[in-house]
Amino acid sequence: MSRTAFLTDSTLCIGCKACEVACKEWNGVGEDGLEWSGFSYDNTGALGHSTWRHVKFVEHAPEPGFGGNAPELNSWAFSSDVCKHCENAGCLEACPTGAIVRTEFGGVYVQPDICNGCAYCVIACPFGVVERNQDDGRAFKCTFCYDRQKVGLVPACAKACPTESIKFGEIEDLRVKAQERVEELHQRGMNDATFYDAGNTSVGGTHAMFIVRGDPRTYNLPPKPEVPTVYLKKGWTSSAIGAALLLGGTLLAFLADGER
Amino acid sequence: MRRTPHDGRPSTRTPDSTSEQRLAEIRREAEQRGEIKAAGVRPSGAPFPMASPETGYYGIPLLKEPAWTWEVPLYFFVGGAAGAAAVVGAIADYTGADRNLVRDARWIAAAGAVISPALLIADLGRPERFLNMMRVFKPQSPMSVGVWTLLGFSAAATATAFAGFMRERYGPSLPLRVMENAGQAASLAFGLPFSNYTGVLIGATTIPVWNRNVAELPIHFGASGLSAAVGLLEMMGHRRSRALQMLGLGAAIFESWEGWRIESRQQPGLDPLKRGTSGWIVRAGGALSGPIPAALRALSMIRGNERSRALRRWAGLSAVAGSLITRIAWVHAGHVSARDWREPLEISDPLYTEKGVSRRRDPHQ
Repeated sequence: MSRTAFLTDSTLCIGCKACEVACKEWNGVGEDGLEWSGFSYDNTGALGHSTWRHVKFVEHAPEPGFGGNAPELNSWAFSSDVCKHCENAGCLEACPTGAIVRTEFGGVYVQPDICNGCAYCVIACPFGVVERNQDDGRAFKCTFCYDRQKVGLVPACAKACPTESIKFGEIEDLRVKAQERVEELHQRGMNDATFYDAGNTSVGGTHAMFIVRGDPRTYNLPPKPEVPTVYLKKGWTSSAIGAALLLGGTLLAFLADGER
Repeated sequence: MRRTPHDGRPSTRTPDSTSEQRLAEIRREAEQRGEIKAAGVRPSGAPFPMASPETGYYGIPLLKEPAWTWEVPLYFFVGGAAGAAAVVGAIADYTGADRNLVRDARWIAAAGAVISPALLIADLGRPERFLNMMRVFKPQSPMSVGVWTLLGFSAAATATAFAGFMRERYGPSLPLRVMENAGQAASLAFGLPFSNYTGVLIGATTIPVWNRNVAELPIHFGASGLSAAVGLLEMMGHRRSRALQMLGLGAAIFESWEGWRIESRQQPGLDPLKRGTSGWIVRAGGALSGPIPAALRALSMIRGNERSRALRRWAGLSAVAGSLITRIAWVHAGHVSARDWREPLEISDPLYTEKGVSRRRDPHQ
């Protein structure tokens, strides 16, 4: 069984959005408008039920040499975001119908013929990826191109990426490649190049890894994502105490009531 | 023609009393304070969101808001009251309390057992696929555990009420007695978790204001459910039962403590419980669940019988309204919390200083 992954290297991303287009075309995801925030050239905003790849546009103050820009222009950085396909996936654990499964490739897949749209996965995702389509009623997110991987092809976004910013392959190979790439970038003077895979959190690593420059928070990548199952023990303990209090209190109240 | 910054304005301006007053004001301020505090020319909407370690990704929230509709907080209320009513009914029966009280408690439980699944199904994006919930049982999913608890509770509570009704109407028989007793035991067993599991349901999520309170939410919701069940029974006429009075008082005291706990903790992630609209809904629910019914009950204990029962009706009404508003408040606070882009990125709110919370509004929100 092969375990595959994405490695998205933002230092190679040119912000062309080929991945977004390829994803929509292959998966037949509907058009959802081009809405400008007024803050950047990002007209997609965030991942959602109709956005399974999202190119982030990070613009900051002029920084000579950053991205090869002229010193007087704003510095640019782009990063193509995607479902993280967590090792411990909150959505998968939360799904009450078993619609969300782990595929043989290690990805997390929502089976559209089973999902009944309870929307509990939406608030179980620490990366805010999966979303309910209110018109359709079901929850949608990146499928990791399960259909393409089944027949031995690479996911649509990785295939369409013109700079190989989106790399696809065996997860172990990509982890090694990522370390080599980060070292290479450090040697080139890009000391802020960082590898992100949420490996040291309760999420336990992701099948979509990233190389970004600077603080991952700039790219809306949370420093400490938690899979919500970590809260279960506290929650059910409290529920048991609540039940014991209710039972004991009610017994006591009726036994102490002389009138009966 | 060369464009100047004054494009769009007349090249000359006629001085009037307002303009001269303003100039005098600037002069006075400069003399007295040595500086001018004025916004100057500022583009509307500034300061603009940016992408940086201090401002996240343009302040776009990372987390998604709950997609649940209005049925869900109502379900939390109905389910909580029904679960607690089943427990009260069963214990009242076992301890030989008033038969009418037992019967009414069972009816509340049965009504909740019918309404709850309807609300839950109506909330689904694909209601016709509700049965898919029964494909699996997943202990790690509070939604799955809750659905199975609901199903067990619904079957047990409706069977108990039905058997009791048939017995009263057509006289006792063995099958009815078996159904009534087994149903009651099962509604007690399922009613206990059913009264409070919704606290785990929202607590074990990524929504900060919910998961920070996961250790208290189920007890809080259980107390809220009990106070609603007691309130409904009192509104149905059971205003003489001392047991109900004690239970109502206990729940109201617990809810008062819960309200105090929410108010007194200073943590940025708990803002939605204290500030803005959601904060006021939480306070309204807390007041109606805690101090108000507690005070009315205390008063009713020292008043004469007639006055006492009138006060208990009001205490019951307040508790029921408080329980409903409390559930709405927590769900609403969850929405506000999901929109807080700082929390999941662990970016501290500059409004929080060592001295406490500044009341200044956040330009990014």
